[in-house]
Amino acid sequence: MNNQKLTTMQSRALVLLRILIGWHFLYEGIIKAYNPSWTSKGYLLSASILKPFFAWLASDSLAGTIDLLNIIGLIAVGASLLIGIKVRWGCIAGILLLLTYYLAHPPFSSLPQGPAEGSYWVVNKNLIEMAALFVIYLFPLVSVFGLENLFSKNKAKLNLT
Amino acid sequence: MANDNSYFKKWNRRDALKALGGLPIFGAVWYSGASLTESAKREKQFLLETLDIKASPPPATGPMSGKPIRLGIIGFGIRGEQLCRALGFGTTAWFKEMQNALAANPKDTRLADFKAQENLNIKLAAICDIFDTRAEKALESFNTDDNKIKRFLTHTELINSGEVDAVVIATPDHWHAPIAMTALNAGVHVYVEKPMTHNVSETYTLRDTVLKNPKTVFALGHQHRQTQSFLTAQDIIQKNILGHVSLIQTNTNRNDDNGAWQYEIAPTANPKTIDWNQFIGNAPMEEFNLEHFFRWRKWWAYGSGLSGDLLTHDYDRINCIVKMGIPNSVTTSGGIYTHHDDSNVPDVMQVNMEYPDFSTGTSQESGKEKGMTFVYSATLGNQFDRGTMLMGHDGSMELGNSITVYADPQSTKYAALIKEQRIEAGVPIYQYDPAVNGTDAVTSATAKYFANKGLLWTYRDGKRVDSTFLHLREWLSCIRNGGTPSCSVKEGFEEAISAHMAGLSYKLGRRIHWDPAAQRIIALPGEDLDSALLGDKVS
Repeated sequence: MNNQKLTTMQSRALVLLRILIGWHFLYEGIIKAYNPSWTSKGYLLSASILKPFFAWLASDSLAGTIDLLNIIGLIAVGASLLIGIKVRWGCIAGILLLLTYYLAHPPFSSLPQGPAEGSYWVVNKNLIEMAALFVIYLFPLVSVFGLENLFSKNKAKLNLT
Repeated sequence: MANDNSYFKKWNRRDALKALGGLPIFGAVWYSGASLTESAKREKQFLLETLDIKASPPPATGPMSGKPIRLGIIGFGIRGEQLCRALGFGTTAWFKEMQNALAANPKDTRLADFKAQENLNIKLAAICDIFDTRAEKALESFNTDDNKIKRFLTHTELINSGEVDAVVIATPDHWHAPIAMTALNAGVHVYVEKPMTHNVSETYTLRDTVLKNPKTVFALGHQHRQTQSFLTAQDIIQKNILGHVSLIQTNTNRNDDNGAWQYEIAPTANPKTIDWNQFIGNAPMEEFNLEHFFRWRKWWAYGSGLSGDLLTHDYDRINCIVKMGIPNSVTTSGGIYTHHDDSNVPDVMQVNMEYPDFSTGTSQESGKEKGMTFVYSATLGNQFDRGTMLMGHDGSMELGNSITVYADPQSTKYAALIKEQRIEAGVPIYQYDPAVNGTDAVTSATAKYFANKGLLWTYRDGKRVDSTFLHLREWLSCIRNGGTPSCSVKEGFEEAISAHMAGLSYKLGRRIHWDPAAQRIIALPGEDLDSALLGDKVS
């Protein structure tokens, strides 16, 4: 990868993907942060597999912390991808968050499905977003678009174009 | 790049955009999310303030301290056992069953819930059941060092023994009123299962007996009066949130043998272990018949079918919220369509109770505020849950575990708000779910999905509580601390008369009228309402 050069369009497309995913995470986090009655309890308690684990997360002693961690996680991942700072860490955190959402309600035909706006089998939007984050992890492109540019001591090397 | 200085010299506008371009997007997304959520919150707050509904659980009943109350149980069948558990006494067989259930499923909380139940400070002092097996089951289970229980062969001996302060009556319907009256006249407090009475005439005599004995506490077993949300529902009606309610729809949908009263017949049952003559009581004499004994709800002679057994639940639930009382007239239709055996009570039944002068209030000009029909629609051949709906000119209220209120698109009261799009059709304007500790003006499909599945349900003081326990506790509190139970003889009289009118309409094939001035069901010349209600004949 280090020896390959991306075309301008390719790198811009990857940056666009990063911005869109960051936007999505940030907005989800903000909506939850500003809504005091939001809680992940229902989502966790209705988990279709790994029930004891999710019920533990939703237990009274833990639910508040889990909600707060989720909000902080969503906003941090969103900020990281949008602003372009610690993008690889943002991608890992984002994949972990999505993995928990995916595992609580995996779209397997044998399991009950909650309300959804589409039809899914094995692959759903969480999984696709995880895969997209993996791509971003491989091509963070902060030099093309990102605050880390400002602090970089070796700008030329970072710029893959 | 030899050093930082040379690096910054090469910075241009393009580089700045590349480095800082994400910040305005970040700010825009944050601002948009925050302002949208804030304005949704303001709208929700505005709606809640406009509606001003007081969401409150029923008040707690008094302390259970003092001398233990000595209780007698009359009738120890399915319901009798349930009542004893609600009183804190489980049978040995039940404990075994629950332990097995817990071993099979660690999440089964029934045993833990039972153990967590408050001690009601009572003694189960006496039992009367005319089937030996059941009476012996109670003796074996409840006779402990702390609790001495004695069997009586008749309810009269039990009541007059001087060993009980109060009785719980869970017999077939035709025994409810006679036993209750014997107890009341002996100064013994009464908790009787619904329906309060089995025929029209004893409804009056029982009412008179209760009124003549003001020191004995009389409660009727409609435990859903303890439902957490009913005071909130009352407030919604009092504040005229729904406007003129013209239709209330309630229903029963069951589709299994147990739901159709096909109860198990005990293998030990025979003429030697059952006191058949006592079972018959005031019913027409029959040959010994195990079906009749164990599945008595299927015959008018001992039970009252859908109208007495299940309509009464829904009627009383609504009566405690809107207080509509006895209808002016009732029409009933139905038949035996799902369980073709030799039972004589209908298994599909539609009851329409008319209240032409009743009003829940109005938002419209005078003259449009009166008139309401209460519908009870039941089948024992389908179990689709249709929900209970109160339908008003300005809104509809769905009554279940939670309360959900929708504005009507044609509402007068909310017309301006609908026009300003501050109220959207199909989106609830109010939701009360005791589980989520508060109120919510708007809900999402997902939230509703979780609520309907019961996943968000919590219970009084965080504990799962049996409503029968709360109802019995209320009765015991009235005995100890004074007061009148929420479902006493006034409510019971209205329940019994309304249910009997429904049964009579089915039997006589005509509209049955109530004369409110004379406080009588109107009979046609030569008509004997009680024999029409309890007989086999359907006109």
